[in-house]
Amino acid sequence: MSVELDVFVGNTTIMDEEVYQLWLDGYTVTDAVKVRMEGGVLDECEANADVVLSDTMDQYRTFHMCERLLHSPAKLANQLLYQITPHRQTILIERYYAFDDGFVREVLGKKLSKGTKKDLDDISAKTGVTLKSCRRQFDNFKRVFKVVEELKGPLVENIRHHFLLSDKLAKDYAAIVFFANNRFETGKRKLQYLTFQDFAFCAGQLINNWTVGAVAGPDSFVDNMVEDMDVDLDKEFLQELKELKILITDKDLLDQHKSLVCTALRGKTKTFNEMEANFKNLSRGLVNIAAKLTNTKDVRDFFIDLVEKFIEPCRSDRWTAADMKLYLTHYTNSVHILDTFKHQIVWDRYMGVIKSCIFKMYHD
Amino acid sequence: MPGKLKAKIVAGRHLPVMDRASDLTDAFVEVKFGNTTFKTDVYPKSLNPQWNSEWFKFEVDDEDLQDEPLQITVLDHDTYSANDAIGKVYIDIDPLLCTEAASVISGWFPIYDTIHGIRGEINVLVKVELFNDLNRFRQSSCGVKFFCTTSIPRGYRAATVHGFVEELVVNEDPEYQWIDRIRTPRASNEARQRLISLMSGELQRKIGLKVLEMGGNAVVGYLQCFDLEGESGLVVRAIGTACSLEKLSSGSILNTHTHPNTAPASNACNSPSKDGKEPVFGEDLPSSSGPPTPFRALPTSSSSPPPPFSPSKPCSRQSSSSDTDLSLTPKTGMGSGGSAGKEAGPLKTLLRQQTQTALEQRQEFPFFTLTSFPSAFLLHVGGVVNARSVKLLDRIHNPDEPETRDAWWEEIRQEIKSHAKALGCHAVVGYSESTSICEEVCILSASGTAAILNHRYMREGCLDIGSTDHRFEEPSPPTCGFCHIPYDELNMPFPAQLTYCYHCRRQKVPDVLFTTIDLPAEAAVTGKGCHIQARLCRLKKKAQGEVNATAISNLLPFMEYELHTQLMNKLKLRSMNALFGLRIQISVGENMLLGLASATGVYLTALPAPGGIQIAGKTPGDPSNEQHILTIQKRINDAIAKNKELYQINPPELTEEGVGSPIPEPRQRSRLFRSHSESSDELSELDLSHGKKDAFVLEIDDTDAVEDIHSLLTDANPPIGFYSCNTETMPGIYNWTSGIQMFTSVRILRLSNTNLTNQGLNKIFTDLCENLLKSFYFKLRSMVPCCLCHLNFTVAVPEEELIQVAVTAVAMTFDKDQTQEKLAEKLIPKGGSDTDEQLQFPLELCADSSNSQPSSKISGVPESTNISSRAASVDYGSFADRCSTWLELLRLKAHTIRRGSVKTSRRTQSLAHSVSSLEHSSPLPEGRSRSLRSSRSFGGSSVTVVKMTPLSFLPGTRIIKYLGIINMFFIRETTSLREEGGVSGFLHSFIAEVFAMVRAHVAALGGNAVVSYSMQDCVLMENPNKNQAQCLINVSGDAVICVRESDQDSLASTTTIGHSCSSTTDVTT
Repeated sequence: MSVELDVFVGNTTIMDEEVYQLWLDGYTVTDAVKVRMEGGVLDECEANADVVLSDTMDQYRTFHMCERLLHSPAKLANQLLYQITPHRQTILIERYYAFDDGFVREVLGKKLSKGTKKDLDDISAKTGVTLKSCRRQFDNFKRVFKVVEELKGPLVENIRHHFLLSDKLAKDYAAIVFFANNRFETGKRKLQYLTFQDFAFCAGQLINNWTVGAVAGPDSFVDNMVEDMDVDLDKEFLQELKELKILITDKDLLDQHKSLVCTALRGKTKTFNEMEANFKNLSRGLVNIAAKLTNTKDVRDFFIDLVEKFIEPCRSDRWTAADMKLYLTHYTNSVHILDTFKHQIVWDRYMGVIKSCIFKMYHD
Repeated sequence: MPGKLKAKIVAGRHLPVMDRASDLTDAFVEVKFGNTTFKTDVYPKSLNPQWNSEWFKFEVDDEDLQDEPLQITVLDHDTYSANDAIGKVYIDIDPLLCTEAASVISGWFPIYDTIHGIRGEINVLVKVELFNDLNRFRQSSCGVKFFCTTSIPRGYRAATVHGFVEELVVNEDPEYQWIDRIRTPRASNEARQRLISLMSGELQRKIGLKVLEMGGNAVVGYLQCFDLEGESGLVVRAIGTACSLEKLSSGSILNTHTHPNTAPASNACNSPSKDGKEPVFGEDLPSSSGPPTPFRALPTSSSSPPPPFSPSKPCSRQSSSSDTDLSLTPKTGMGSGGSAGKEAGPLKTLLRQQTQTALEQRQEFPFFTLTSFPSAFLLHVGGVVNARSVKLLDRIHNPDEPETRDAWWEEIRQEIKSHAKALGCHAVVGYSESTSICEEVCILSASGTAAILNHRYMREGCLDIGSTDHRFEEPSPPTCGFCHIPYDELNMPFPAQLTYCYHCRRQKVPDVLFTTIDLPAEAAVTGKGCHIQARLCRLKKKAQGEVNATAISNLLPFMEYELHTQLMNKLKLRSMNALFGLRIQISVGENMLLGLASATGVYLTALPAPGGIQIAGKTPGDPSNEQHILTIQKRINDAIAKNKELYQINPPELTEEGVGSPIPEPRQRSRLFRSHSESSDELSELDLSHGKKDAFVLEIDDTDAVEDIHSLLTDANPPIGFYSCNTETMPGIYNWTSGIQMFTSVRILRLSNTNLTNQGLNKIFTDLCENLLKSFYFKLRSMVPCCLCHLNFTVAVPEEELIQVAVTAVAMTFDKDQTQEKLAEKLIPKGGSDTDEQLQFPLELCADSSNSQPSSKISGVPESTNISSRAASVDYGSFADRCSTWLELLRLKAHTIRRGSVKTSRRTQSLAHSVSSLEHSSPLPEGRSRSLRSSRSFGGSSVTVVKMTPLSFLPGTRIIKYLGIINMFFIRETTSLREEGGVSGFLHSFIAEVFAMVRAHVAALGGNAVVSYSMQDCVLMENPNKNQAQCLINVSGDAVICVRESDQDSLASTTTIGHSCSSTTDVTT
């Protein structure tokens, strides 16, 4: 005796959020049933194992059938097949596009290609995220990437509009797309201490300040329609960054800059001596990063350079986060007093991002 | 040229990719009606084409308009090869033919393909211009309204209820035509869908014509079914109740002047009763010991099944014997098997002699498919009548002459009619018909509830059932009148225990009452109701032709009997005394018969309290056996006590002196059956000490009985917070909130063990049903507190070793806090769902009924009893005499098939009166706060939300317009079963698609809900080895527009809040 067929269809599609999460997490039906029973679902409604199994299978089937619609969430709202409340739709989409920070950290900056997809089982083993879930997350990244690749206009807005995601999630996806597009190196050992959220924040800074779209601003409608405006860095700006080299090549300027910063810092921090001693090194590091950004290769190494050239020396000198803030603020502002330096705007655009990225990245 | 149909194709969306190269589609649309076809331009390379076509105009007869659907086919243009079909949309334009229904069909329809399912959507606009046709010989019946709802639709008043209409049309099944061998499955499926669509159109038109002939303008309780007879053809049949409906304008709801004679009548009722209220009790009581005497002479008669059943049982038994007789000498050219009711012959002559009531003169079958009635309509209920007959199918040679099928149903209906007569009733309400087909054998079943209707109004032909105003006095107390026996107590059609009504103390009532209708709104009920189900499997030898038919008809009476015993036991176990919505299904398979009886049990205050169940051993003296019996008895007693608490059955008891004991001696008699153990005696004494002295004795004499008891005790009660019933609403719960969830669930079990016993099968089948229920509770646990209403189980044996159970029901939430307080005050919300005035002016009526209703319960109710009893005895007493010989025969037969181990005995009775109901009168503010809450819970969405419910109403809303009937038939087939997720995945998506198409059609008509939704058929055929499956689904319902009831409420209450605010500010300033 066996159950040949067992279906339950509601006029309003019934979805259990717990089971949905298990499904998203890639549990098999059997494992999901186990998890649910351990979670005490049997105590509700005098259920038994058969009932839970039947319900789980049913829910899995429903999710499987809805998955097609979740691939283009806009369809979910005007499809006729499943009657799902708008609130529930939002939950379904948001959860479907949610990802594990552990997983995304592994693929961040990698090319979203078949090759990477083949490595997913390794990532699965490493992160403990099931392969099924890895595949879904990877496919989500790829899908979002492909869709926004061809779209004009602001990146976050496009993602939010096309995939009906929350602001937060849309920003995260924008970061993922931005990283994948520019192929930033994030996998090196020295960068391991950085979380996805650190990178996502930095990506947001870069998108908002260093891309073509950043210059255009939200007011100019025509410029808004530039392709890849938020994905590619502003080439002109990168070119202009070369001009900053004068800060380290011109000895007068360098000394002047140093004395200004040191005057401002003196007595305000315990690590003043180290700061004074390291000033030229650190300044060279930051300006060199700026000057090299015209090379794609160096763009990829942007984060590793920041860590190696700036964060690590500071950390070895035991700067506190407050020290860092103090130093960078004065380092940036002092340049404005340098009369001979003509590239204040570029400097501010550059340092604004560098400053906030370093603040975010400066932790253990 | 009586009509012009216009259609416009606007756009498509989400189309499938038809051209792999471009990942796009070059779509165009063909619009076909009758033999005329129009095409749109090709909209190249798009999955969201914007055709925006011209208006395609079809000039057609209105007859065609009724029969034919508008057929829209979406195709992919292909320059080099044949165009590929994407899918089709069939639009039934019937709703446009009614002036009061929808005026335009406009919206997104799913494009459906029988192989691929839904493939995108198409936006269509359809209009109809009808010209007046004065031709009196016309074949069309445009304008007749159809309702699936089995009560008078909200917003209408029934000026006249004309009665039963039926029709059937037959055809060859395209699936079995020779051409099917050479055409594609898609073509075959489409031919079938189209044919059935045509046939149901034709059927509806023909029924409409009958209604027009009768002078009506609407069909209520329309039920259409398909019989897929395989080789022998395809039958589409329908039954309904013809009515003349009048639309209630919100201004003039009640026209008192339309019933000029009701007022005097009510006066007449009132005057004599006022003075004779108390004395009557005293006078009547002594005589109460009289009636039961004849039954004491027949000791076995006390074990009788309840009234409704027994007449039908002997008949089906009779049918089996007659079956063999007839099949030996086939009298029809069709060579079909014999029919039920050999006694139909003598009965017919008997019937002819009878004085016919006005009702009968008007029509052949005084049947009503309605299940709920306004209070003035239903006077007395006799009990369930049903009839079955086993037939051998033969090819339908001439589709234009469906006489054979007609004759079969005619016989069954005659039988039903005669059963009703035997119960002293002139009408059958809650009537329905069904079939079960396996190969060439077909079981035809009909069932209903014998009843006496208020023929005073029937004769006049002017029956106001739209209003339940209390100035309009009913001739019988509404709270208990329907329970009073319609038959003559000296010549009872079956052995039953009669007592005086526990409510009015004037009329006799039976000890149990089984009906197929919904609980009348005004009935007095103690506690809550519950879903009761009896399940049964019987193995049968495989056989062919007449041998098979005979075997089946031999089994039928035993099945009915066992189902009935189960129902009875389960009813007693729950301490209840009446069943409503009883539906007994018997399904036939190659090697087994499945029986499923579902009903909603309640404790009717008017009926005596049921006794407990007592276990008796066959072999007294065996100590181990004694012990066993003791433990079982204890379990049963515990279960009964638990159930009483669960369903809050605490009938207020009066002292025993107040009540006469009709049978004084059963105490000894029951002792005889009980085992000798003194302790067991005490146990049962303990249990029965609630005053219910009517014990139902189960004797454990064989394994069957043990099984019975086990199955009795294995039925799990619903978990806390859940209730379930198969009627419209749950007796005892009234304050529904707006949360609803309609669902369909199907489960198929494969029996792998080939040598199963009847017991084993029973267990499997019972577990299947129980587990389904458990699954529902689990799935819907987030809705608690809620009630599963209209639980409709359908069983089938699709193949050998397969058992299929399909369930459609709706879960409705209710407010827990209010339940406790408003328990007894049933008239406010129930009335709200039943009467139009309340829907129109919810606030006013709340106030109204809370004031007027309880008073009518005490004073108004018992007064009219005399009148009704007089009427009943005059009309039907003489008739019962004539039937007595026939009834005697029935009774004897009933006894022969009755097992001797079931005994009922009665000791004493206690008076139960629902005076307590007065104590909890409705505080008006509660109703208001409830509606305020429900208004908040509503939400909006981009796609129109279409609610679906098998009930005739949506809680918290008011139906403002009926847009027409939805009657759809779909076939889905797949040749890639595994890829679609197996048979479960296949059916899951198909059911979801059917829901989607129903919703889309309703939305296109401008509606936002489907009421009285039902899935008549769900036939699944699978062949996993070939990776194939096919499924047919037929659904129907009424498309409606409903608005939140609280719209007016909340408006009113906000204004009152505003007032109170301003007044408080006044005070403070």
